[in-house]
Amino acid sequence: MQKQLISSPLVVSLKAATKKQLFLPIFALCLMLLINVLITPSFFKISIQNGVLYGYTIDIINRGSELIILAVGMTLVVASSGGADISVGAVSALAGAVCVRLLGASYDSYATPMLLAILAALVAGLACGSFNGFLVAKLKIQPMVATLILFTAGRGIAQLISAREINGNMVPGQILYVRMESFRRIGGFFPNVVIPTPVFIAVLFVLITYFVLTKTAIGLYIKTVGINRKAGRLVGINSVLVMFFCYTFCGVSSGLAGVIASSRIYSSDANNIGLYMELDAILSVALGGNSLGGGKFSLIGSVIGALTIQALSTSLYAVGVTADQIPVYKAIVVILIVAIQSEEFKRWWSLIRLHRQAKKAVAV
Amino acid sequence: MKATTYFKNKMSGNNFLLFVTISMFLLMYIGGILVYSSQGFGTMQTFLNMLIDNAGLIIAASGMTVVLITGGIDISIGSVVGLVCMMLAHSMENLGMSASLSIALVLLFGIAFGTLQGWLVAYLKLQPFIVTLAGMFFCRGLTAVISVEQIAITSNTTFLAMAHKNIKILFGATVNKRGIKLYPFVHPSVIIALVALVCVWYVCRYTKFGRSLFAVGGNEQSALLMGINVRKTKMLAYVLNGFLASLAGFVFCLNTTSGFVEQARGFEMEAIASAVIGGTLLSGGVGTVIGTFFGVLIKATIETYIRCNGTLSSWWNKIVLSALLCFFIVLQSVFATLKEKRK
Repeated sequence: MQKQLISSPLVVSLKAATKKQLFLPIFALCLMLLINVLITPSFFKISIQNGVLYGYTIDIINRGSELIILAVGMTLVVASSGGADISVGAVSALAGAVCVRLLGASYDSYATPMLLAILAALVAGLACGSFNGFLVAKLKIQPMVATLILFTAGRGIAQLISAREINGNMVPGQILYVRMESFRRIGGFFPNVVIPTPVFIAVLFVLITYFVLTKTAIGLYIKTVGINRKAGRLVGINSVLVMFFCYTFCGVSSGLAGVIASSRIYSSDANNIGLYMELDAILSVALGGNSLGGGKFSLIGSVIGALTIQALSTSLYAVGVTADQIPVYKAIVVILIVAIQSEEFKRWWSLIRLHRQAKKAVAV
Repeated sequence: MKATTYFKNKMSGNNFLLFVTISMFLLMYIGGILVYSSQGFGTMQTFLNMLIDNAGLIIAASGMTVVLITGGIDISIGSVVGLVCMMLAHSMENLGMSASLSIALVLLFGIAFGTLQGWLVAYLKLQPFIVTLAGMFFCRGLTAVISVEQIAITSNTTFLAMAHKNIKILFGATVNKRGIKLYPFVHPSVIIALVALVCVWYVCRYTKFGRSLFAVGGNEQSALLMGINVRKTKMLAYVLNGFLASLAGFVFCLNTTSGFVEQARGFEMEAIASAVIGGTLLSGGVGTVIGTFFGVLIKATIETYIRCNGTLSSWWNKIVLSALLCFFIVLQSVFATLKEKRK
């Protein structure tokens, strides 16, 4: 009996580690990588082919960069308002459509400089984000209902933007192809660089956000507003402005993700860009150990969460699950994570443990 | 004097929203008759076609109203409708089941799915949005697991007879160019939808369960103090909604007679929009199925406009509906702030 009460230092440190917020995301990522190695033994092999890095892990980081960017935006939204922005996928499609339309879908139409087109796409994302932010922060509408508007309308608007001239008429709902070689580089590779460009963009985006959040007071403001909006107001934080900022930021990040996605396929596809991305982004935030009820958040956790989701998708593809079927598994994972995080579940769990301890005590 | 105060009391706040909806529908409909009379907008059949096309939506939106009244939300119903269509098509075409058996199966599935979602929301206290978002992706994925290809129902004669049977209505007949009297008709789907609507209306208004829905949505704490089983009420609301969603799927399938992965995408948005336009508050505690019915009719009128116009792309349907939803949400929000200020 005495021996059981005194636990070794190892057990103590292990227990402390499991209490940390980053334990769950790192554990999940390791688990996912392990499963991937079991499925495909050559998982960690990285080689250079045609002058660029090649391998499963590179592929996960490359393909996951849009998700990382979206997850960063989503983290702030969840932290500040306690609700998620479900319009991110549709806004990505919209931004992609704006960018490609401006770059010129046919030889004789617009041929805006690339930088300007990308800027316009980001502005489109910003506009959508501020629309969401206005509804949520100023008019106090539940975040998910407010973003449901753009979730449905966004793809419709993107279809209208994706118009191409056919026999003298502008016909909407087309797949536009870009005719500018250099646009490929955003979603592909710069010459003589072995690492894919999206990875650079994602890393840069995360770093900038991280420094802005830690070096200025905005990160603290977001946490305060998320934990208790009224208390935040009482200490002089403009909660409306903070939430508005978060939604706008999320809009910009979806715009950026849309540009990368459309560069990857070298065209704008309003139906498929960012499809099912909203669930992935929310899942990344939840897997990152962040509470979906708002408040404290960990940016790094969300990034690790996003990588885990991408690894999960890759392994599901490897087993032969098609893109349409993947949401089934992800939905189950979401419910499990959210259920385990919930207060009710924790209460049940502690009740069970108390019961056990009581039984032991009786036995002694 | 008395009449005006009575009117004021009746019109204050929530009834006003319903009033706005009904008058908006009448205005839009009369406007449509004036503008598109040459396309036959004013005929009885056009109105009935609006009901035929939206029979599924009427059922799904009344289920959504029930959930919204408790202060929850369900965004999985579009996917449930898609999945139900696919299940019906698969079971009847590929497995050779009879129509009644497969219909019973999908309705059971709806109840089971609603129970699961309701349990997660009511007993585990998860956010309804997260639960039903996961449900939405789950059902959409499951549809793809059953079949990625489109399955058309062609061999089951009972089902097809049910889908295409014309029930003639003996008034409002028009005479065509050859002098044959054409009676306006509806499909059985409309009858099912209207019966479901009346049932939900009755349940909400005259049963103990229905009244406790409003109590829970208005203020959970007070409802608990009144001795209402809040958790059970919430869960039952989701069960009812799950059943109605699968019924809506069945009716939707009567219209399309096929199953397809992309089917009924954005349906949840249409249902929420119809309920909100009909005066149901997103914060819970207020709403009627009658308003929802008019919400559906407004959506149908917009659709008919766009169809009559001919040059507008069908993408405008969703955009206009979203704009309308946005307008009504903002209206609700303004009303809520006005109410708070008056206090």
